Amino acid sequence: MSTVTRSSRPRWGLTVGGALLALAFLAPYVVMLLGSLRSSSDNKATPPSFLPKVWQWSTYADVLGDERFLAWLRTSLLVGLASTVIVILVAVPAAYMTARYTFPGRTPFLLLVLITQMFSPTALVVGLYREFFELNLINTYGALILTNAAFNLAFAVWILHGFFSSIPTEIEEAAQLDGVTRWQSLRRIMLPLILPGLVTATIFTFIAAWNEYVVALTLIIDDSKKPLTVGFRSYVTGYEQNWDQLFAASVIAVVPVVILFALIEKHLVGGLTAGSVK
Amino acid sequence: MSRTTTRTPRHTSSGYAVGRVRPLVALAWLAPALALIFGVVLFPAVMLFQASRGEYSITGLRKGDAGWANYTKVLEHPDLGTVLTNTVIWVVSVVALTIVISLGLAQFLVKNFPGRRFVRWAIIVPWAASLVITAQLFVLLYDFNYGLINHALKSVGLIETSIDFLGNDSWTMASMVLVGVFVSLPFTIFVFIAGINAIPDDVHEAAVVDGASPWQRWRQVTLPLLRPALLVATVLNVIYVFNSFPIVYTLNDRNPGYLHDTTITFMYKLAFKSQEKDVGMSAAAGVINVLLILLVVAVYLRIVNWREETR
Repeated sequence: MSTVTRSSRPRWGLTVGGALLALAFLAPYVVMLLGSLRSSSDNKATPPSFLPKVWQWSTYADVLGDERFLAWLRTSLLVGLASTVIVILVAVPAAYMTARYTFPGRTPFLLLVLITQMFSPTALVVGLYREFFELNLINTYGALILTNAAFNLAFAVWILHGFFSSIPTEIEEAAQLDGVTRWQSLRRIMLPLILPGLVTATIFTFIAAWNEYVVALTLIIDDSKKPLTVGFRSYVTGYEQNWDQLFAASVIAVVPVVILFALIEKHLVGGLTAGSVK
Repeated sequence: MSRTTTRTPRHTSSGYAVGRVRPLVALAWLAPALALIFGVVLFPAVMLFQASRGEYSITGLRKGDAGWANYTKVLEHPDLGTVLTNTVIWVVSVVALTIVISLGLAQFLVKNFPGRRFVRWAIIVPWAASLVITAQLFVLLYDFNYGLINHALKSVGLIETSIDFLGNDSWTMASMVLVGVFVSLPFTIFVFIAGINAIPDDVHEAAVVDGASPWQRWRQVTLPLLRPALLVATVLNVIYVFNSFPIVYTLNDRNPGYLHDTTITFMYKLAFKSQEKDVGMSAAAGVINVLLILLVVAVYLRIVNWREETR
């Protein structure tokens, strides 16, 4: 990191600006955190107060003890993990093949992936509904997993393609002379080298699936099968307005993702460039 | 690793290849990806097109063929003009503001200062939080009676009476754009940080030796070299913002009609939330949406001469 920084001398003056910037980005979420720690009526007090009148920690216990919430959390985890595993298993061979070998149909395939990137599940939601209706998959985790995997595949292929292309070919050519098969070469030589790319693609996919909303809103009927993004809205409806629970559920949903992101912050920069090259 | 990649962005198609493979071998490696793309992206697109040519009852049962009638109904919809105008305002203002602000902030965030890592972590949060959560949060922040934004503006004396950010027609779009920009900034800033880091230091040193002012250096050295990053950021943001559903849908939830809808929420409401409840019409709107985004991206890539960048 230090070699790419313009000036190597750290400057405390800029820290003040940085702190203000961080505050601007965090402010709404601080309000969310504080909102989870005050009563629901306090959340709707006029005039509003910034700090809770009474610090109400019990909301977290309420939410974590709420079976509906735990079911939504389970769905989000299951769908997020399953679609991520599928994306990685499917994207790695495709990205490796297109980055390392020439064959007829290579360019059309890459073009197809690029076009997929422009299709959003939201625009296609009526078509998705009809397909899963025919397949009898409405109201199943399978439908959510397949959709999230398919629509995040393009981004993963691009990122991994960029990383594979950045590895000098000599490394593999030497291994091939030693009689290593293509599969062994991918697994033993290439995958360890593109680990940052793999991590980036994994976390990107997981977060996209974790945050997906429209498809789940449309395809899932049972309250217990909803993911967090859809389920937690029922804390605030026309009938009951439990803002404290909504905010506590939001905090619980956001924190693990922020930690995941912070872990790959270093790779994030590299991952985005590698993906942006091709 | 990222540096190696970006320093040599112009691979020729065979320059980095280990060799040729037979089509069948390649197919075997690509088969799972092709299955997913055809099965869950392109097949639903076909289903969408089929649905757009059908006549549906209000409960979603297919009653017969409609020909192009659904398309006529969408194109003759009295609110279509408003919805299209909203979409253009929404996409152009969110993407343009995001790009400009991100360029400035990325330039700041590549500087070396104590605590920079924490600032970068903080910036990630709106990206990591689900759009539904952020949108829901802003519904409360913007609220007329108990929203903190009105409260803060009043206490510093900027306004006398509360502003109805989400209910007043002249404020709704601006309020949505603010949230749209807020959630688009993190990704875009990181693309630009990556882009700036990929510019070799010696280029800047040469410009300094030549006596270029900081502004000249940025305008004539940094900006041209950021072209690939700008291209990626713009294309992906246009796609994301055009397809963005939760913000427009949630912030606009209480307003009846289509006055502040974009083509995406318009399409959704046609099928699931309007008096029409018309699956066929919604599907036709969906097909038009897909064609619109393909057209916009194709035109943009044409204008910026995409082939030259990614050859």
